[in-house]
Amino acid sequence: MSPALEALVASYNHWITIFLMVAGLYTVIAKDNMIKKLVGLSLFQTSVYLLYLSPGKILGGTAPIIAPEFDVYSNPLPHVLILTAIVVGIATIALGLALVVRIHEAYGTIEEDQVFAAGDNE
Amino acid sequence: MLRAVGSDVAFTVLSLADQLPGLQIVVPLVGAIVCAFLRRGTVAWVVATITTFALPVIAFGLLREVQANGVVSYRMGGWAPPFGIEFRIDLLNAYVLLLITSISAVVIPFAKKSVAVEIDSDKHAWTYALYLLCLAGLIGMAITGDAFNIFVFMEVSSLAAYILIALGTHRLALLSAYQYLVLGTIGATFYVIGIGFLYSLTGTLNLADMTSRMAELNLLDPPSASLLAALAFIFVGLALKLALFPLHAWLPGAYAHAPSFITVFLAATATKVAVYLLVRFLYTVFPAGLALGDVPLREIVLALSVAAMIGASLVAVFQDNLKRMLAYSSVAQVGYMTLGMALANEAGLAGGLVHLFNHAITKSLLFVAVGAALYRMHSCRIEDWSGLARKMPFTMAAFAIGGLSMVGVPGTAGFITKWNLAIGALELGHWWLVGLIMLSSFIAFFYIGRVVELAWMRAPVSDLDDARPPPLSMTITMLALAIGVLWFGFETTFSLELARDAARYLLARGAL
Amino acid sequence: MKLDLILRVTTKLILPFMLLFALYVQLHGDFGPGGGFQAGVIAAGMIILYSLVFGLRAAQRVIPMSVVMRAIPLGVLIYLGVGVVAMMKGGAFLNYSTLASHAEHGQHTGILLVELGVLVTVASTMVGIFYAFVERGR
Repeated sequence: MSPALEALVASYNHWITIFLMVAGLYTVIAKDNMIKKLVGLSLFQTSVYLLYLSPGKILGGTAPIIAPEFDVYSNPLPHVLILTAIVVGIATIALGLALVVRIHEAYGTIEEDQVFAAGDNE
Repeated sequence: MLRAVGSDVAFTVLSLADQLPGLQIVVPLVGAIVCAFLRRGTVAWVVATITTFALPVIAFGLLREVQANGVVSYRMGGWAPPFGIEFRIDLLNAYVLLLITSISAVVIPFAKKSVAVEIDSDKHAWTYALYLLCLAGLIGMAITGDAFNIFVFMEVSSLAAYILIALGTHRLALLSAYQYLVLGTIGATFYVIGIGFLYSLTGTLNLADMTSRMAELNLLDPPSASLLAALAFIFVGLALKLALFPLHAWLPGAYAHAPSFITVFLAATATKVAVYLLVRFLYTVFPAGLALGDVPLREIVLALSVAAMIGASLVAVFQDNLKRMLAYSSVAQVGYMTLGMALANEAGLAGGLVHLFNHAITKSLLFVAVGAALYRMHSCRIEDWSGLARKMPFTMAAFAIGGLSMVGVPGTAGFITKWNLAIGALELGHWWLVGLIMLSSFIAFFYIGRVVELAWMRAPVSDLDDARPPPLSMTITMLALAIGVLWFGFETTFSLELARDAARYLLARGAL
Repeated sequence: MKLDLILRVTTKLILPFMLLFALYVQLHGDFGPGGGFQAGVIAAGMIILYSLVFGLRAAQRVIPMSVVMRAIPLGVLIYLGVGVVAMMKGGAFLNYSTLASHAEHGQHTGILLVELGVLVTVASTMVGIFYAFVERGR
């Protein structure tokens, strides 16, 4: 394999990240159903977790807990950052779903075009 | 000159003055938790007011310290940067902190009656708790010197804001909150992606350290592709948060349908902190020569600002709902702030930075006046306000003063901004830009003038039996803000001089 | 009723182990993956499982909504309390070294306490979200 192709294949983690990111963004933009939009948002956030975690793994490194037998550890900082980001993501999706439940009670539908067409006079 | 407080080796005991940065964050957080335990709304309002009044005192103390001793650094948990999180306060964010805390302190009395009437009584205590959490998040964004910490505080304030907006009376509040949630989360996630690139390039999350590592690791000349990608993602993420045209779609709905107090609070603070963050990244973290020189970001921001100033003002002219009209006006005003940032000379940048403050007081005055009238009238449609000035003269006078500032009449705060922006544009030879600034003022005159004319000169369309002067707490807030708008049109020590100092400080650091 | 019986007996057997595992994850956060958030979610999962099998009313007899609404700010209060105590002893906010005479013991104490606060808040938030959604349908 030529070196360019090898480099391309070796960065497969980034390709997966990019695929998830774009799939998530497309779902948020293209779908009308509010729950599907939230699913897309969650997918988009998950791709960001991969973006942080996959470069954090040091090849040949062990889990980042200090032990006397090991001297190469994977980077612990991305894990900490992503724990925080996961919690933020959960809170956001929970809040989004709660809003969808309330919107459904108020409008009777969760398709965004139908909600807009409800013709609210402010 | 850096004076670090709180070391991790045999630490020295910190005095109260040293603890000010920590207190700036801890006070609103503790206030929020106390409010969350309470049941009665009025007690929660008292706690919120006491907490909010304490904050500008702390911010003023910090400003004095920065002016005397240079950059203040506070180590969270006692860990030294760049490994620990530090709160880093220089001239720019001392100004922003004073701005957010003072505006919140001025408008909190308005909340007492407004929240009582617009939100269900069993939710009042939690409303104040969420308000304090949002304020704590905004303060945290402004005070911290760690890139990921900015994201954490950004999401704390944004999540609280989504909930507060959803408490509005009309069912459109739910839809607006949902749209804000989706767009705001995308913006925050873009920001995180940008920080991810920066972290993998420089190996640090501390903003000050990032700049020095960028230079050390030869990432700037020629600019590394990953660095430019990071700049792009951070710019788009923050642009979503500050509602820069065309990423402003969430703002009109959110401001129009939120409870009145929340609209006042968010309009005065939320976008300002995002503008501060953008200035911080474009001028301090990425050296200004890169962000505004090598990359055509300056031209892009200039074009988008002009589009916001003219386009959003035009849309505002055609609105029927008063709050929605003022929301589109806010989008236009954000254009002024980013215009100042794009001009990047002392007058322009100072004009953009002082507009953070001038717009905050002007817009709060306008939204408080609308909220006071809404308290009596229960309608936001412009036609229903015909002849209102006869029954609520003080409120409409306050609205008119705010309107004059929005247009930029000399003698009001708004004029100071436009004057500085025009000088900044002239220094660069952009005559056409001065013309466009005047054009947007002219359009603002139209949409404000329409409301003022209707209220003062037309006959009432419906019975205005309910309309009588608003409660005292609202009148006090309006009076304070109206005096402020006029005062800061003349006496600019705390607005323009601070902004000028900050602009000079920023421009001295980057080679532009 | 026979199918229901299997579920109920199995759940009654599993629940104590869930709580034990939650506490294990909580206290072993220093030495392995774990800590307050993960433990809180497992503990909340225990209550949610109980509610799914035995009914919402039975779960609310054990943990009523009012307790949940009080527990959410309580965890944050514990966390902030640790930070404020550190400030009062002269260190920066959340400087755990100030909490005991020996810096390392102080760090241990501080981390244990803040993780406890996180556990309380996360568990009660998850249970609160579950209750809020389920009560909506009634």
